[in-house]
Amino acid sequence: MADDKDVLRDVWFGRIPTCFTLNQDEVTEREAEPYYLLLPRVSYLTLVTDKVKKHFHKVMRAEDVEEMWFEYEGTPLKWHNPIGLLFDFHASNSVLPWSITVHFKNFPDRDLLHCPSNSVIEAHFMSGIKEADALKHKSQVVNDMQKKDHKQLWMGLQNDKFDQFWAINRKLMEYPTEEGGFRYIPFRIYQTTSDRPFIQKLFRPVSPEGSVHTLCDLLKEMYPVALPSDGEPKRYQVVIHGIEPLLETPLQWLSEHLSHPDNFLHICVLPVPSD
Amino acid sequence: MPVSLLWAVDVYGRVYSLSTAGQVWEQCRDAQMEFKRVTAAQQCCWGIACDNNIYLNLHASDLPVRYQEETYENQRWNPVDGFSERLLPSDRWQWSDVTGLQHQPLDNFRLPSISWEWEGDWHADENLDGEPTEKGGWTFAIDFPATYTKDKKWNSCVRRKRWLRYRTYKAMDTWAKIPSQQTTLPDPFSDISCGGWEISDEPRGRLSLWAVSLQGKVWFREGICHHNPEGSLWEEMLLPGEVVQISCGPGDLIWAVLWEGQLIVREGISRDCPKGTSWAEVDSPSPDVGAAHVAVGVNVVWALTKDNKVWFRRGVNSHNPSGSGWINMVGEMIMINVGLNDQVFAISCEDRAVYFRQGVTSSELSGKTWKAITVPRDGDRSHSSASTSSLQSAGCYFCGEVRAQSVVSDVESDTEKGSIDGASRLVASISPESFVDAPTDLSDQPIDAPKPRIPKVTSDSFISELVSDREPGKTSSEGGPSGPAVLEEEPIPGEEEVDAPCASVALSSSQSGGPPDPQWSNVDLEEAQGQQAQTGAVADSADTCSLSSVATYSLAIEDQYGADEHPLWAWVSGGGCSVDSHSQLNWFNCSVNASSLVQSVQSMSLSVTPAQTAAWRKQIFEQLSDRTKREMDNFRHYEQAVEQSVWVKKGTMQWWRDWKPHKWIDVHFALEQFSGPEGNKDGILFIYYNFYEEKKYLHAFINEVTILVPVLNDSKHSFAVYTPERTKQRWPIRLAAATELEMHDWLALLSVSCCNSRGLQGSPSKQAAWSVTCKGDIFVSEPSPSLEAMPYPTPCDQMFWRQVGGHLRVVECNSVGIVWGIGYDHTAWVHTGGYGGGFSQGLASSTDHIYTQVDVKSVYIYENQRWNPVSGYTNRGLPTDRYMWSDASGLHECTKTNMKPPSPQWTWVSDWAIDYSVSGGTDREGWQYAGDFPASYHGHKTLKDFVRRRRWARKSKLTTTGPWQEIPPISLIDVTILPCAAQSSVDVVPLWAISNKGDVLCRLGVTTLTPAGSSWLHVGTDQPFKSISIGAASQVWAIAKDGSAFYRGSVSPQSPAGDSWYHIPSPAKQKLKQVSVGRTSVYTVDENGNLWYRQGLTPSYPQGSSWEHISNNVRKVSAGPLDQVWIIADKVQGSQSLSCGTVCHRLGVQPVEPKGQSWDYGIGGGWDHITVRGNSMEPPRVRLPSLTAPAPPSPLPASNTEANGNAVGC
Repeated sequence: MADDKDVLRDVWFGRIPTCFTLNQDEVTEREAEPYYLLLPRVSYLTLVTDKVKKHFHKVMRAEDVEEMWFEYEGTPLKWHNPIGLLFDFHASNSVLPWSITVHFKNFPDRDLLHCPSNSVIEAHFMSGIKEADALKHKSQVVNDMQKKDHKQLWMGLQNDKFDQFWAINRKLMEYPTEEGGFRYIPFRIYQTTSDRPFIQKLFRPVSPEGSVHTLCDLLKEMYPVALPSDGEPKRYQVVIHGIEPLLETPLQWLSEHLSHPDNFLHICVLPVPSD
Repeated sequence: MPVSLLWAVDVYGRVYSLSTAGQVWEQCRDAQMEFKRVTAAQQCCWGIACDNNIYLNLHASDLPVRYQEETYENQRWNPVDGFSERLLPSDRWQWSDVTGLQHQPLDNFRLPSISWEWEGDWHADENLDGEPTEKGGWTFAIDFPATYTKDKKWNSCVRRKRWLRYRTYKAMDTWAKIPSQQTTLPDPFSDISCGGWEISDEPRGRLSLWAVSLQGKVWFREGICHHNPEGSLWEEMLLPGEVVQISCGPGDLIWAVLWEGQLIVREGISRDCPKGTSWAEVDSPSPDVGAAHVAVGVNVVWALTKDNKVWFRRGVNSHNPSGSGWINMVGEMIMINVGLNDQVFAISCEDRAVYFRQGVTSSELSGKTWKAITVPRDGDRSHSSASTSSLQSAGCYFCGEVRAQSVVSDVESDTEKGSIDGASRLVASISPESFVDAPTDLSDQPIDAPKPRIPKVTSDSFISELVSDREPGKTSSEGGPSGPAVLEEEPIPGEEEVDAPCASVALSSSQSGGPPDPQWSNVDLEEAQGQQAQTGAVADSADTCSLSSVATYSLAIEDQYGADEHPLWAWVSGGGCSVDSHSQLNWFNCSVNASSLVQSVQSMSLSVTPAQTAAWRKQIFEQLSDRTKREMDNFRHYEQAVEQSVWVKKGTMQWWRDWKPHKWIDVHFALEQFSGPEGNKDGILFIYYNFYEEKKYLHAFINEVTILVPVLNDSKHSFAVYTPERTKQRWPIRLAAATELEMHDWLALLSVSCCNSRGLQGSPSKQAAWSVTCKGDIFVSEPSPSLEAMPYPTPCDQMFWRQVGGHLRVVECNSVGIVWGIGYDHTAWVHTGGYGGGFSQGLASSTDHIYTQVDVKSVYIYENQRWNPVSGYTNRGLPTDRYMWSDASGLHECTKTNMKPPSPQWTWVSDWAIDYSVSGGTDREGWQYAGDFPASYHGHKTLKDFVRRRRWARKSKLTTTGPWQEIPPISLIDVTILPCAAQSSVDVVPLWAISNKGDVLCRLGVTTLTPAGSSWLHVGTDQPFKSISIGAASQVWAIAKDGSAFYRGSVSPQSPAGDSWYHIPSPAKQKLKQVSVGRTSVYTVDENGNLWYRQGLTPSYPQGSSWEHISNNVRKVSAGPLDQVWIIADKVQGSQSLSCGTVCHRLGVQPVEPKGQSWDYGIGGGWDHITVRGNSMEPPRVRLPSLTAPAPPSPLPASNTEANGNAVGC
């Protein structure tokens, strides 16, 4: 019998096989071999690409190296979004491994945040967790935690330690049973058809009448276009962690099991590929 | 939380019950007539019906109410006839009771009422003190009255034989009329209240039932108990005035309301005098307005005045039942009731809904807010669903109701009203749109408009009228045409009928319901409220026709509310409803269409919950596994972005140091974890300490840790870590964390770590061995294949035990994975297949199968006194005496104030009370007497007694979580499950149990898919039993209270309960207490700790021939399906001390040598129970020369024990 706990493991240990190639325009001393790596879906690009950086540094002169950034088919990849989300959003229907181009100059300041060190990622990650807990528990859980607990969350993510991370994270996933769920579900909906980075609004896991809200209810309110209408072929895919949960899946369950480590449910709405 | 019921009566006199697990009021269909009032206890509900008789609805239980009638046949020997019926003139009757004083021939026994039936005929009892008489039941003596023996001697001049016959109460789950055997019985009853079950548990099922008659007299029902649920007779109580209403709490509170509006309180209620002795008077809460209604609980009194105000009485307790003052509470109620745990229910005078008082706790008895119970009734139409299925069910219901009600001719008009009401529901559900947006609460609508028109329309159009009043634009077109012709035959001229039955009530109804004011306003309360609360009384006393008060109620109200879907309640009783402030109730915010879901919620399916089989979940599992295939399977050779590394967790703790003097010292604690080559994790535990200024450390490999045992007590949050070596020494590493939370965090982390290192994950296997410590903690161990191997089994101290959440005293399993447990409070639990719970939250716990578990146990202290010639018994002892308040040993001082619950997990749930159920018996005040301390105590004072003691008990409660689900309602003391393998999952597995009253029970419908089974089958016995075990080939053995064994004959899958008991005498001079049956062997343990093996069992003679002594110092035995034998042993030698409660394994058990040779010692001390009946794995067979030198035969027969080294302590 598959257990819900297995979902947490599957989500955590999701990997995307990636091929990093150096941008053609970079000045190198000799030809740069592509670099292959399994990237954790739940982590952040700049957190797990030290090896990539070292690999390409070997063929470059130090003075040609600026801050590293990544691009996929012409789109700069925002490191502050989880890797799995970047993949699902930009490349979900492409051939594996995912081919990412590595740049060391012409940092696109307009598109990307700078990431000078891991502490920036940590700050970003922790702010995500705090924002999520503000929605879920009026910040009560995260504020009750000690500094070392926060550190353990971060270290768990950084070192890919599932047990270490979840030993603390489970507290963020608790809720009073009589309320049937969190106060609000922390979610973000990403869409290809709009310039807005994402949709994020207040949404409760349970309706005022006491019935459980599903993924369908969420989309109905936030992004009704994404829902299939009767008699028409499906136009949009709703993707979380590379899978398409059924629309009747309870939102609270999704939030508990398919959230990223930052405690947000990152939902991609993608047009169904035409081919 | 056990499922229990809240009872209520609506204004039409229909009785409903609401389950604490349910979301719908279920109508009591059985009721052949309307009821005025009900009063509930947990085992039954009493009611006054419209015929003014009192009815009892005893809840069906798998345990029958069975009464043993006995009589003695006495004979005397004379030289002519031998033994004959001819007695001497001075002798007793030929047929008599046990004393000989009462003449009791067989045909004098009559059934008490038509609710009883005989179970078989008279038969002779052939059992004398655990021994078969072998002489047709005759026992012999020199003369009457004397000591009887089973042997006939030369001087045996008289003999007697005990005859038994059983009668059972058959009127379960139905309203059975209480026969009014007294012709003097007075005017009809108008109020009734039961309670008093907490005053004493002797005799079992005792209840106090108080009733009020129309003339204001109060009656007490004598003799209600389990064996006599109807009670025997009414006794009138003297009164200072005329009573209108009475309320009896679960404890010793009884309050009543007088006609004039004062209240009276019964005083002097005690265990010996449940009727009490006198009345004290208490003024009405408000000087101007008299009291109208009162409700009492254990420690609370609530009252209503005639202006519907709600009042709470301060300072009420057993010593001061009158309390000290009134506090006005919010809300306006017409009726109020206090249920179990002092929880409060009331009916609002505004909307007639039942309200529950939220937030009532033992520290805040007045609660916080009123919350309406908004669940629908089972007949209510569905708001939004107009599906044919719901329509059909509504239709069926409607038909059934008409048939049932039309029986009652007196209230014909009401019946029609009711049926119309039902019919209108039917109609309404055809056009649901008209109702979707309609406000559900009509009471605040101006309702005077439709009233005059009612008589002229049929019911369906009547509804449409109402609807159109509310939403004229939308629904007016749907008015008339939608009515089916079928209803035309019952046009109700409602107004005309109102005044037909009873003028006075009609008057009051028109007052209250008249046009100027909405219903149930305060206008008429000064006069009418008293009448309304007592409508039946007024009506019936005014004219003696037996018309029901509820009928008049309904007529008065229905005109205005006939179409309203929300129920109007008249009476509620929470006396059977076990909720407290922590209970999770689904009563408050469910919409009407939830009623269809309720069925699935209520059906108790353990293994398959709807959520788990949901398509969305399956889809996610499947897609995730597809994702893994797609994204990872072809790329395993890629490098991981994040390398694994060692992870260290550090902390500070205290350690119970190894060297003397032992004490807690501060240490640094670290757990280093690293991933092994195959991805499995391993770790090392370090304890850094100072030894005479020198820094040292102690370490343990995680993969060597065999068990982690939490040891909560009130001073330390500690746990014990065992390795095989430390198990041998009986000296674990004991560590204490600063806080309970920290301890749980460490325990959770360490146990995950231990399980990871051993590759253990998820639920226990079917083969697992289960054990329980004396603290009630549950552990499970996966047997290695060579655990039962010959000659080199896995040593028992190497077994790895992991904890499972929950709290139990006994756990039993079998080899197909069915596991049952019994709590300290005798509640039966079934394992849900989950794991974790308790402290192991998050990852170490399954998500779905974890439930709240509550256990209750009593803490005992002793009050000791010594006699002196001046003042008699006092609490002044001799200087050498024990503490005057002490534990059982007398060595430790234990006072009522300094006693704490067993650990921080436990909280007190009762006050100190004298415990009368002490072995040896007590006098009326609970005292036991003896010549001196310490000695054997007896229950009556003799001249030689200089000291006495009595036991006080206080209940404490623990709430935890674990993979256990309750099996209500019967409490158990033992359970056993057939250990051999079932062929398929649908096979029914035999399961037997003993109830806490000693009844033998056989569970039906137990399969691997439904491990909880369906119902109990009662197996009759002539005396209470205390232990039972079923082995291979359906051999059922049991131990009776008298210490003898019984074998059950002819048990088979076709006849799961067998046919008869075969009596098997116990070993000489020993009283057996426990039995366990394996494949072919039968083991018993007696009260002196001896382990016995039954010799000479053959398939043709399964009872065997004799008992053979195997070992002493044995507390419990578990024989498994391989005939393996495991025990809990006492007095096992460790490095520092002897330990009590150690798991031991019998070595050398073979088919040719089923008794085995020696013991191998495992985990302990502090263990209380083990079952190995799941392990049916045949070990790998090795042929081997026979062993000649047997090892030491038994755990050390040591004389003096000190349980210092025990992890858990006893």
